[in-house]
Amino acid sequence: MSTAIEISGLGKRYMIGAAQQRADTLRDAITNAATRPLRRLRHAGSSTGHVSTMWALREVSLDVEAGQVVGVIGRNGAGKSTLLKILTRITEPTTGRVEIHGRVGSLLEVGTGFHQELSGRENVYLNGAILGMTRAEIGSKFDEIVEFSEIAEFLDTPVKRYSTGMYVRLAFAVAAHLEPEILLVDEVLSVGDVAFQRKCLGQMGAIAGSGRTVFLVSHNMGAVRGLCSRVVEIEQGHLVADGPADEIVGNYVAKQLAGSGSVLDLPRPLGDPDELLITAVRVLDDEGETHGPFRSSQPIFIEIDVDVVRPNAAYQVGFDLLSGGGLVLRTWHTDGPPDDWPELTVGHTTLRSVIPPGLLNEGSYAVAPRADAYRSHWIVNGDEAIWFEVVKDHLDSPFSWVRNPGPLAPLLDWRTASSRGSTA
Amino acid sequence: MSSDAQPAAGTGVPTLVIEPSKGWAKLELRELWRYRELLYFLTWKNILIQYKQAVLGVAWAVLNPVLTMIVFTVIFNKLLHVGTGVYNVPYPVFVYAGLLPWNLFSGSLSSAGMSLVGNSNLITKVYFPRLVIPGSAVLSQLPNFLISFAVLCVLMAAYRVVPTWHVVFLPFFTLLALVTAMGVSLWLSALYVLYRDVQYIIPFLVQIWMYVSPVMYPTSKIPQKWMWFYSLNPMTGVIGGFRWALFGEQAPSSMFWLSAFMVIVVFVSGLYYFRRMERVFADLV
Repeated sequence: MSTAIEISGLGKRYMIGAAQQRADTLRDAITNAATRPLRRLRHAGSSTGHVSTMWALREVSLDVEAGQVVGVIGRNGAGKSTLLKILTRITEPTTGRVEIHGRVGSLLEVGTGFHQELSGRENVYLNGAILGMTRAEIGSKFDEIVEFSEIAEFLDTPVKRYSTGMYVRLAFAVAAHLEPEILLVDEVLSVGDVAFQRKCLGQMGAIAGSGRTVFLVSHNMGAVRGLCSRVVEIEQGHLVADGPADEIVGNYVAKQLAGSGSVLDLPRPLGDPDELLITAVRVLDDEGETHGPFRSSQPIFIEIDVDVVRPNAAYQVGFDLLSGGGLVLRTWHTDGPPDDWPELTVGHTTLRSVIPPGLLNEGSYAVAPRADAYRSHWIVNGDEAIWFEVVKDHLDSPFSWVRNPGPLAPLLDWRTASSRGSTA
Repeated sequence: MSSDAQPAAGTGVPTLVIEPSKGWAKLELRELWRYRELLYFLTWKNILIQYKQAVLGVAWAVLNPVLTMIVFTVIFNKLLHVGTGVYNVPYPVFVYAGLLPWNLFSGSLSSAGMSLVGNSNLITKVYFPRLVIPGSAVLSQLPNFLISFAVLCVLMAAYRVVPTWHVVFLPFFTLLALVTAMGVSLWLSALYVLYRDVQYIIPFLVQIWMYVSPVMYPTSKIPQKWMWFYSLNPMTGVIGGFRWALFGEQAPSSMFWLSAFMVIVVFVSGLYYFRRMERVFADLV
């Protein structure tokens, strides 16, 4: 077995408060340059001043064997994306060294460089070139790509007339036909409808099975478990765990559960400070308690604190309810008829949703908040999740002391429809 | 966690080394060559979009220089009595021949200067030599240039101006205009990532630059003793060269070579500055 990726002592430092320190305009830069000698005189000795730094990644060392499928997990802001951005050469490391042996392809987003005005056909060529395919390569795979995307009849329509689903299909179809020896992938599996997601997972699985090296950053524990043989966990820039997928994911989930109860404490608000921010997410029982485990016979409340900065009728706030196995159930505050929608006005709002009693099975679940401007763009893309545990106590059957498989355990009605046996 | 690295010395396996770069960046021209298809595709995209989005599309490429030529002819030639200097051609032809390289240059500056920030979604998601972005923005000005050039041919025919044999050098001066545009665009696009007020500076710069270039007046208007200073402007050489190739008369003087030298200075320094700043683009854009 040869090594595909060798990472040693990798670190990335960002300047915090640099935005205020660094001149953002040429005018400031010139003023700074002109007044610098004067300031030097005044504050002799304290030349570098108050720029503080933050290590997004620190002393990360890791070897990946050729053919291995490695998952990278960790909380938002832990450094996963920074690691991936260094490996894909989008940003430079501050310290350390990486050696990658083999042809690399990276996929941090599907549909990078898609242009609304261009047709599907034109975008396939453009996106392919951006992802590093040659014209000949795209040409030879063009028919396969179109077939995979299932949108052959709209190929000459400008992409701006596509539905989100069609757009994603086409974008993923191009990406799925990259044929590198080493594939670096960010959270791209959480797009499209369920059937298409499965197809994409299948295609990724085929890549993983074909002896290619895959480096996958994901929040989807189900996908990580299903696809990866090895998982590493990153916490606050450090590599804290490395081992078989089941073990590392299991420990990670357990750690999230043991953590701060069922309150998602966000180091910084999620979203866009120009549009809408999600500042907190809580899982509560009917007495307002946030520590689980929650009883399945009682309603479980999900509260999302939202700060609307700029009003927009198209906002949707909601969450994904995920089972430990990766099943996704998505709900929006706009699911009902418009008259029933809770109002989102400028300022602070707490939205409350309820998981009805008697729905969930025993096990671990996660709530990942989401927000978008409908059909336009994501504002919060399910990047952060809050875990909670449910014990099943809503079924009175003497048989229900064993856990049935599956994330849901609703009590469905059973009666005799007809009977032909003898009643006597 | 980390085991001892086993360097895979396999034959033919491309190895990529990622390390913090130190000091001045290498130009990495070989890598740039590998990405020539991306340059082609991005240029093609820019051109498609230019003509898909603009209602006037191709007509604009004709109207812009023609209307400017008419206005300049009325203001500078008829009212202010500006002549054509050593060139024995009607003023409209003279000014149009100057506008041709000038528009190529100013169009490049406007679109390439903004190009990095405008393509921030690419820069933060995919790696490729960033030079491709301003490069494609400059190259996508060429169709407009060619359309305007066709109009020049019509104009010269209408005024019965016969080009001299020097016209064979025209491609060279077009290339010189492109290199100048590229050099300045590299500076501006990189500066724009760092300093956001550059977007207000670009239109101003383009405007001022036109007045200090021999677009609407001949270089003979400049006092001899200041000619060397005037020639530090690379566009002086480019526009002068254009007119020489078309209308002949005076061979390029030593001042032309000073201008041409400045083209190289701007281009090479732009290239190095851009390469040096390139590593922080994704963090800042």
